[in-house]
Amino acid sequence: MTAQNVRSHSIDMSSVLRDKDATQQQPSETCIKVENLNLFYGEKQALHGINMEMQKKKVTAYIGPSGCGKSTLLRCINRMNDLVDSARIEGKILVDGDNIYDKSVNVAALRRRVGMVFQKPNPFPKSIFENVAYGLRIQGINDKRILEETVEKALRGAALWDEMKDRLNDNALGMSGGQQQRLVIARAIAIEPEVLLLDEPASALDPISTLKVEELINELKEKYTIVIVTHNMQQAARVSDYTAFMYMGELIEIGTTSELFTNPSKKQTEDYITGRYG
Amino acid sequence: MIRLWFKSGTPWIWLNAAAVSLSLIMVVGVLALVVGRGVGHFWPHQVHQFSYQEPDKQPQVIIGEKVETSITPAAMAKSTGFVMADNEDTLVQYLVKTGNRDLTGADFRWIQERNIKDHTQPTNLIVVERREWGNFYGQLLQVKEAGNVIASGEQAWPVLQSKITETLAIFKEIAHIEKKEVGAINYALERLRLKQRRLELKNSLDDAAKQEIATEKTALETEYKQYQATLTGLYQKLRTDSLVAKAENGAELVIPLAKVVRVFQPNNMNVFEKVFHYGNKAIEFLTDEPREANTEGGIFPAIFGTVMMVLMMSLIVTPFGVIAAVYLREYAKQGFITRLIRIAVNNLAGVPSVVYGVFGLGFFVYILGGNIDQLFFPESAPAPVFGTPGLLWASITLALLTLPVVIVSTEEGLARIPSSIREGSLALGATKLETLWLTVLPMASPAMMTGLILAVARAAGEVAPLMLVGVVKLAPTLPLDGNFPFLHLDRKFMHLGFHIYDVGFQSPNVEAARPLVYATALLLVLVIIGLNLAAIVIRNNLREKYRALEG
Repeated sequence: MTAQNVRSHSIDMSSVLRDKDATQQQPSETCIKVENLNLFYGEKQALHGINMEMQKKKVTAYIGPSGCGKSTLLRCINRMNDLVDSARIEGKILVDGDNIYDKSVNVAALRRRVGMVFQKPNPFPKSIFENVAYGLRIQGINDKRILEETVEKALRGAALWDEMKDRLNDNALGMSGGQQQRLVIARAIAIEPEVLLLDEPASALDPISTLKVEELINELKEKYTIVIVTHNMQQAARVSDYTAFMYMGELIEIGTTSELFTNPSKKQTEDYITGRYG
Repeated sequence: MIRLWFKSGTPWIWLNAAAVSLSLIMVVGVLALVVGRGVGHFWPHQVHQFSYQEPDKQPQVIIGEKVETSITPAAMAKSTGFVMADNEDTLVQYLVKTGNRDLTGADFRWIQERNIKDHTQPTNLIVVERREWGNFYGQLLQVKEAGNVIASGEQAWPVLQSKITETLAIFKEIAHIEKKEVGAINYALERLRLKQRRLELKNSLDDAAKQEIATEKTALETEYKQYQATLTGLYQKLRTDSLVAKAENGAELVIPLAKVVRVFQPNNMNVFEKVFHYGNKAIEFLTDEPREANTEGGIFPAIFGTVMMVLMMSLIVTPFGVIAAVYLREYAKQGFITRLIRIAVNNLAGVPSVVYGVFGLGFFVYILGGNIDQLFFPESAPAPVFGTPGLLWASITLALLTLPVVIVSTEEGLARIPSSIREGSLALGATKLETLWLTVLPMASPAMMTGLILAVARAAGEVAPLMLVGVVKLAPTLPLDGNFPFLHLDRKFMHLGFHIYDVGFQSPNVEAARPLVYATALLLVLVIIGLNLAAIVIRNNLREKYRALEG
């Protein structure tokens, strides 16, 4: 980035942040707590002693350069890393006080509480209706009335109902990328999780779709605790209440978004948000 | 210049194009040969009457269809023992189908063109298709009913036609009663006998049971006697009529109408009649049972057996192949052992099919079948039920033979499913099994169908292993019929591939059967194409439904 860019960028950022300060007054309680988390892929350590807390019904953003471990950390919260054979985890993550890495934890039940949306929209090759109803069907809910109600509610929640109410039986793969991503969000909220993990949800979308998804995140935080990984610092500033900066598998700094962007306490953070590397 | 041409890559394009063209030409050639030889068989060919005199012999009359022409250069003909005049350049010979095997002992003979004195095609020549002794060629003299002449000369032909229609109707009725009704009674009686034997073996054959069995038996036997009476009546009716005809050598022959399938005058037919005749013969070929050691009549049991066996095989191979592939790809820890298993599976596909046949006979039929008989069917001993080759064992053997194809293509299909889809499902709280069942397997179904298509293509054409584990030359009953439990997996069956071999090389009358070989081969190809097309249509529908993979 050129110097001029950096300046205009930070001006833009502060104007965004000023609006947010008003909403950040009420006290909050901890929803997710990460304690001394180390993660290894085989011999290689990908996360180093992470300690952090995420607040209930707030949006926490992870920022940091590519490969810094932010997605890896996110995937630890609903144990998606279990799918990687070589991954080994030490430490604890508490969701509402329960250690999710405890042996007695039912992973499927955990993932019902902690939903996830991925970088690339991944709707199933089924109808729009069946996509949203998927999570309910695997819980054994097949009552048509309940399904219809829930699907409508979820699609409304994902701001998709008005566009899609006449096309519920169409194949979801016929939708645009932005619609698909909102469908995936609808699918995730249909099973009413407590936490939503968003892994760069807008990185594959065009600007207008990105805007819609961001608006959606703002609405969703009324009901859900949201953790979002993003490459885009403006996006982090726009949507999040708290921001964590990660670098080389370590958590450098976490704080309220306005504080982290305007007055970072670590030099590395400052360097990153002013565009000196990353 | 040439070097430039080589560098441009054009030669390689030409080479590839040539290879593709060659393959296409071969496929088209095979099909054209089979169609050309097989399709013409049912056409009513002209019947010729030759006045024939070999040097220093009595003149004679030869009646028959011209089948083949051979032209031999004089020198070669001389060297094989023909006497050739100096002005003759070539020796022209015709192969004539003269029929009348009961009179002359052969169906075909070669005649030399130079010895033909006269050659006509009289319209009154008749061809009689008989249930035994092959075709008869000659002239119709009289029609008899119970030994008395009822029509002769000009009137004989129309009378004969109506008589034959009657006889064929009776014949159909007899066949129906014998096959369906009496067959069902026999089947029920056999079951009763087995029931009694079973009770005896268990020492629980008390008087009540005996009584019950006896009543049922009597009822069946009474029913049988009724049918027997009807049958006797029909047979008597059938035996009364006959036709009298004159063969080429002047001999008069009495042919009972009961032995006649159809009579026609090919030289007197117009094109439409010939087309009609052709259609009838073709339908007979498709829907009837074989006659005369498979050289005449239809091949319906073979078509049925082939399709049935392929369907059974598909039912067995698909679940096994899919489960094995799912385990290998989704559950097994990837490593040395899974690699070893994959290599083994791939090599299984290369084992000669007859080896599978031997294995099927040794393991499935004798060991497995023998034990099943001992355990579940002690009452029918010493006659084997499953301890003998049959449809079940043939299907299982072929399923084993085609298993590698299904495993490999299903595995490829599973590997192609993006991990994002699996993660999406897991992230919604689905277990691995639910993810597999609800998302991954449906999306991999086109690949499974591809495997099945390849399996069907291989299994339907396989003959060698089948000869050991269940195929026979002539099966008296179909593996599927109206008698409970309807599907008889223990029965032997007929198969188009084996039928080709049998008709072409094992029949007493190879020359007559040769066109049938081509017709049957054509049908086998059509059946395989049909089965494959069905599978391909299903696969394309599935693909359309789950086209995420392409996107």
